[in-house]
Amino acid sequence: MSNNIYLKKGLDLPINGTASQNTKKVIVPDVVAVKPTDFRNLVPKLLVREGDKVLAGTPVLADKMSQNILFTSPVSGTVAEVVRGEKRKLLEVRIKADAKQEYVDFGVKKVNEMTAEQIKESLLAAGLWPAITQRPYGIIADPESKPKAIFVSAFSTAPLAASPEYALRDDMEHIQTAINALTKLTDGGVHFSLNSENYSGTPFHKIENVIQHTFTGKHPAGNVGIQIHHISPIRKGETVWTVSLLMLAAIGKLFNTGKYDLRRKIAVTGPKALNPAYVEGLPGISMKDIKEFYETADNLRFISGDVLTGTNIGAEGFLGFFDNQVTILEEGNKYELLGWAKPCRPALFSASRTYFSWLTPKKKYDMDTNLHGGPRAFVVNDTYGKVLPMDLYPVYLLKACLANDIDKMEKFGIYEVLEEDLALCEYVCPSKIYIQQIITDGIALMLKEMC
Amino acid sequence: MNGLRNFVDKIKPTFEKGGKLGFLHSTFDAFETFLFVPNTVTRRGAHVRDCVDLKRVMIMVVLSLVPAMLFGIWNVGYQHKLAFGLTDWGFWNIVLYGLVKVLPLYIVSYLVGLGIEFVSAQIQGHEVNEGYLVSGMLIPLIVPVDVPLWMLAIAVAFAVIIGKEVFGGTGMNIWNPALLTRAFLFFSYPSKMSGETVWTGGVERFVNEGVAFQAGNGLVDGFSGATPLADPTLANLEPRLWDMIIGTIPGSVGETSVIAILLGAFLLLWTGVASWKIMVSSVLGGLAIGYLGYAVGATDLPGYYQLVMGGFLFGTVFMATDPVTSAQTECGKWIYGFLVGALAVTVRIWNPGYPEGMMLAILLMNTFAPLIDHYVIEGSIKRRAKKVKIA
Repeated sequence: MSNNIYLKKGLDLPINGTASQNTKKVIVPDVVAVKPTDFRNLVPKLLVREGDKVLAGTPVLADKMSQNILFTSPVSGTVAEVVRGEKRKLLEVRIKADAKQEYVDFGVKKVNEMTAEQIKESLLAAGLWPAITQRPYGIIADPESKPKAIFVSAFSTAPLAASPEYALRDDMEHIQTAINALTKLTDGGVHFSLNSENYSGTPFHKIENVIQHTFTGKHPAGNVGIQIHHISPIRKGETVWTVSLLMLAAIGKLFNTGKYDLRRKIAVTGPKALNPAYVEGLPGISMKDIKEFYETADNLRFISGDVLTGTNIGAEGFLGFFDNQVTILEEGNKYELLGWAKPCRPALFSASRTYFSWLTPKKKYDMDTNLHGGPRAFVVNDTYGKVLPMDLYPVYLLKACLANDIDKMEKFGIYEVLEEDLALCEYVCPSKIYIQQIITDGIALMLKEMC
Repeated sequence: MNGLRNFVDKIKPTFEKGGKLGFLHSTFDAFETFLFVPNTVTRRGAHVRDCVDLKRVMIMVVLSLVPAMLFGIWNVGYQHKLAFGLTDWGFWNIVLYGLVKVLPLYIVSYLVGLGIEFVSAQIQGHEVNEGYLVSGMLIPLIVPVDVPLWMLAIAVAFAVIIGKEVFGGTGMNIWNPALLTRAFLFFSYPSKMSGETVWTGGVERFVNEGVAFQAGNGLVDGFSGATPLADPTLANLEPRLWDMIIGTIPGSVGETSVIAILLGAFLLLWTGVASWKIMVSSVLGGLAIGYLGYAVGATDLPGYYQLVMGGFLFGTVFMATDPVTSAQTECGKWIYGFLVGALAVTVRIWNPGYPEGMMLAILLMNTFAPLIDHYVIEGSIKRRAKKVKIA
């Protein structure tokens, strides 16, 4: 605890709809989707055809660039539909689940007796390799490389995020197994960051074989990118890997049970979710499977993930591979008379002091998706710094991205950030700039130019 | 309320692309978004957004200028009353005269400035930016009240076109547009921008043409009309210190009252719209050089006089803190602000050619702000690289 890292900057979004800690139902999957779009820069190769029978753990997709990286089906069933978008881009492989689930048996393994190569092979074969994210750029880890270190954030500060203590309370042993496995893949150890505020209250502090760090602060203190920045910043030429707790649980289950088992507790949250609570399900489940959380899908936005960084998947959409949260919001497609000129707008939250919401710090808000303004150039220059606990100059980084200036992007820290780290900057921006998109484009340029 | 919305919805198609008045799209959009926060929803990235937008930020600055503007209007009339010895003038006469003099400045400033903004937004197909709401509010406050309206119009046009639109509009400009207006007037029409007769409403015309709005018995004996900067000595200014703080002295319309400006500063700092670092460091810079001059005998005014004279405080609070043209880095703001204050007072004390230095100090530091930022960032990157190497 002595080396606690205290982050002064940040913002906890006061949004309504925290999931209460009970599991409302166990979803029996009907149609689930495997979505290559969950992974940055992935060029997928389809391995199945419509009508093929698959088991949970059967490869469905491979990475065209390194074909030993597989993506496997989370359920046993029949491939129902391959959904393609513009230019025949592969969007989803939909699988109709069988009533009885059967798993491919990858064999129970003793991690402590395995070599790094064997661990990699098991993860690759079972389709769990994509669970490991590589930074810079947030891409699927390169199995040929050895990262400087592996980082895990053991708490989440994102708005309405699932509580890891509740969602993963039965998976402690699996997480420990996964940590033991992953430590063999790096010389730098597994860095495990905890929240100082519930350090002794969380079972995660008992996880062994890790290098512990503690953080104090508001969102985005729980983002692994912020933690890396403070523990050991990524320099040019270095790579680190990050894994979420959720994925650790899945990796641990693979070794302990021999199954590709992605079942997870999913928090259904948001101001428009009726009685927000947890459900048990899989990645790829349809929003139709949680229809008891809303009356009608009209004018609602379904987000796989949290409100800052999640993906708008629509009422017919499917939960993402990395997500254990669904947020339901109202679309804010309505006009507000003289909104900006009113002395106060009590129903809306502002992190700035130009409104009065800072006087009621405990209040929570039914946020919707309205932009609350029109896009402008960068004008106010100190708003981002107040919510970004990184030693970076966000406006300069963003301008470098806009100018496609690779040298400057490097200099201003493109290696250290992902969209999620700057999501709060986007939230508070009075110029309504699409900051995450700028970073996405910047990273895409880096990937194109550097590889 | 709904009626208004329905009306707007009804006429909207006329202004859309392909509509009869499609070429006025930006203009329509500006008025529509002025009335209604648009129904746009987030498309990518963060799904929820803070309810603050640039309109709100700008309106805060405009509000913070209101005390200075109101006092300025009153003071224009009050100075006229003093100059012509109009002892029978009450409060409303004074305010009426002030309005007659100041309102046309506002009308010209906004008509010309916003007109150009609308046209260029139209040409570029952008939304109209709110930036000029603030510039237009500032400009009448930093010119002498008697400035001819056609001059003001030309100066505003110059500042908005050359100072802002050619760079790409609000957010891209290098110099503060309001100060550029003033600088244009200052260098193009110096006779209207300095001397002793321009600062009091009606005096110039009276001197030249022998007529005034209400001349009474002509100028009172002993009328000087000079601002404190004309003769910055202790003997002259010590008795006028409280006048300078309250603001009952000749000068540009909005710059005279320390109290009114501080009210504005309070709002800006309270809402966090303007940087306190720039304000504090500019005051520190002004005091430092002010006392240095006092110590070496270049002036017999103690440093704090520099703060209450002329446009120092107005510039510090409203112009130096312009987020677009000031330094962008937090450390840079300290340097930038300090140099603004220090340079302004340096010009006052050591340059006999210019009694006031605030405008030029800010414009000069606007020019150098990117350089300051450059070195601040370079330094920070180097420091971090070193730290990482050690770790």
